Amino acid sequence: MNNPLFYTSLSILLLILFTVSLTYGAVPIPIDQTIDILLGKETDREAWRSIILQARLPQAVTALFAGASLAVSGLLLQTLFRNPLAGPSILGISDGANLGVAIVMLYLGGSLRQLTGQAVSNYMAVILAAFAGACLILGIIIYFSSKVKNNAMLLIIGIMVGYLASSVISILNYYAAADKVRTFVLWGLGNFSGVSAAQLPYFILFSLAGLLFAALLIKPLNALLLGELYAANLGIRIKRTRAFILVCTGLLTAITTAFCGPVSFIGLAVPHIARLMSGSSNHKVLVPVTMLTGSCIALLCNILMIVPGTNLILPLNAVTPFLGAPVIIYVIVNRKNIRHFE
Amino acid sequence: MTPPAIETTDLCIGYRLSGGHQKIISQSLDLQLRTSEVTCLLGLNGAGKSTLLRTLCGFQPPLGGSIRLMDKPVTDYSQTGLSLTIGVVLTEKTNAGGITVYDLVSLGRHPYTGFFGQLRKQDRQIIEESLEAAGISPKAHNRIAELSDGERQKAMIAKALAQQCPVIILDEPTAFLDVTGRIETMALLRKLASEQQKAILLSTHDLDLAIQTADCLWLQQQDRPMTCGTPEDLILNGAFELFFQKKNIVFDPSTGKLNTESPTLPVGVEGDFLTSYWVGNALIRNGYRPSPIQKEYTNINCLSPHQLIITHPDGTTREACSVQSLLRLFRTNQQVSQV
Repeated sequence: MNNPLFYTSLSILLLILFTVSLTYGAVPIPIDQTIDILLGKETDREAWRSIILQARLPQAVTALFAGASLAVSGLLLQTLFRNPLAGPSILGISDGANLGVAIVMLYLGGSLRQLTGQAVSNYMAVILAAFAGACLILGIIIYFSSKVKNNAMLLIIGIMVGYLASSVISILNYYAAADKVRTFVLWGLGNFSGVSAAQLPYFILFSLAGLLFAALLIKPLNALLLGELYAANLGIRIKRTRAFILVCTGLLTAITTAFCGPVSFIGLAVPHIARLMSGSSNHKVLVPVTMLTGSCIALLCNILMIVPGTNLILPLNAVTPFLGAPVIIYVIVNRKNIRHFE
Repeated sequence: MTPPAIETTDLCIGYRLSGGHQKIISQSLDLQLRTSEVTCLLGLNGAGKSTLLRTLCGFQPPLGGSIRLMDKPVTDYSQTGLSLTIGVVLTEKTNAGGITVYDLVSLGRHPYTGFFGQLRKQDRQIIEESLEAAGISPKAHNRIAELSDGERQKAMIAKALAQQCPVIILDEPTAFLDVTGRIETMALLRKLASEQQKAILLSTHDLDLAIQTADCLWLQQQDRPMTCGTPEDLILNGAFELFFQKKNIVFDPSTGKLNTESPTLPVGVEGDFLTSYWVGNALIRNGYRPSPIQKEYTNINCLSPHQLIITHPDGTTREACSVQSLLRLFRTNQQVSQV
């Protein structure tokens, strides 16, 4: 489906959710004031300016990119492993990133929250550790994918490797200083507010690089729908393509996980929502739709985190399963009618 | 005469195992795949059909010998070059249920399109023509998941056509199809061979269909040299009988069919062509061999499907009104003679 109306409505929805993210919260800010602040005009209350520019705008932009990144990495993994249940959190890739972050946060003194723009090298360490951890798990999965042809079994291996990583994290937690453990646990609940205005440009830059990388893989991804032999016969270099897809997934997952914590379900569920909405598994349609939908869902989660009428904020990972799990159950129950993976 | 599309010299196929060992599946293969012909590769399970096809497609390297593709050593081809020369239709499970037939066939243009796979006007025209040639254009905008097995096979063949390769290799394209699907697929391949001068190689278990439609047969057996030739030649020179030599299984050259045991008693059959053909079929099933009329045999004169005259060697005659009652008479007669 290549209907311009479809993309337009999705973009409008994204815009609405983005605006709501800026205006709605513990302190509601009128929409006209919000626009004035964004345009740099005078506003009734100075406090609003700092709420919008220092907190809500970075948070909404983070959700926008994190959602797109996670969703697209889920899509790449589902196509590569030819399995509808593949996703960064299921295959243990998020756990790998977790492990990397845990080592840096708990023992090397790195943290994202206390950092200012000057300590760039410090949060670069967190990102690099997350990337290294994600790639380590990916490497293990790739190794087993050549041994185990059955995709369901491979998925179980991914889950097991994830458990192993979690267990190492538990051990690290057990012997770490209490204040660091608290920071790490809070980070682990997931949050789009972890990226400060100063860090935001870096986050955007890395995410955009990963998303662009994914967009460049559309042609080989489509060939991979037919399986690796067919793809090879169409002139696709399989080993290189596999490596590209995995590095791209590792990059996207690592950046998001480093800044937002291990966010569950968006990577798994959004590609299915995109397939159901567009009715196609052609990546020319699916990659952009998955990105847009991922951003929408992440912004929606960001809004739902705020408990109405209170100052309470729910952890992100408490919200995502409510949106993600029903989608997965729906897809499994209706797989005879949907049949995208046949 | 134009050179063969694929020519192998002393080809040895198999797998490289760890530690420098090799598992040889077949060796000393001197094969020729000719353009404008349909060639069927026949062999029992485990004979190495898939290994041979995979080697010819370039999916796995040969253990020895050489392959010439379109009069050029296959080693001179880049991966893109190969994808422009050999199109494949495999038994591999795909995940293409969610794309349309048109999308699938456009994947065949991959070797020709640029980095983003954008289709030009010329590509679109070739896709349309391929859909048309494979007889699947009415379903062009249906999703693959909505197609029958036969239609899916046609879509895959259309993909191979869109690749515009002189050679098409198909691994058991008729395996999961019903009888009409099998015949349609084979007819389509014949048409493509003659109209588009393609060299078509397919593996199959479908003996009848292979004898009916192939220009050339390759009979592959474990631990024996490959036998190649026109089906009729292979039947007449006894290659088939040798090929299927197995306990309790016999290839009958007079019918082109495999039977579980050798027909023993000859029975003379004459008369109306269609009736005598099917009376013969019933006799074979019951362990008799239909033969030309002879005095010392029991003879059957098929006047019409409802009038079958049996003449025994002693001169007595009986009449049957259907094949069923004919068989019943035969059985009682046999019991009497045994007593």
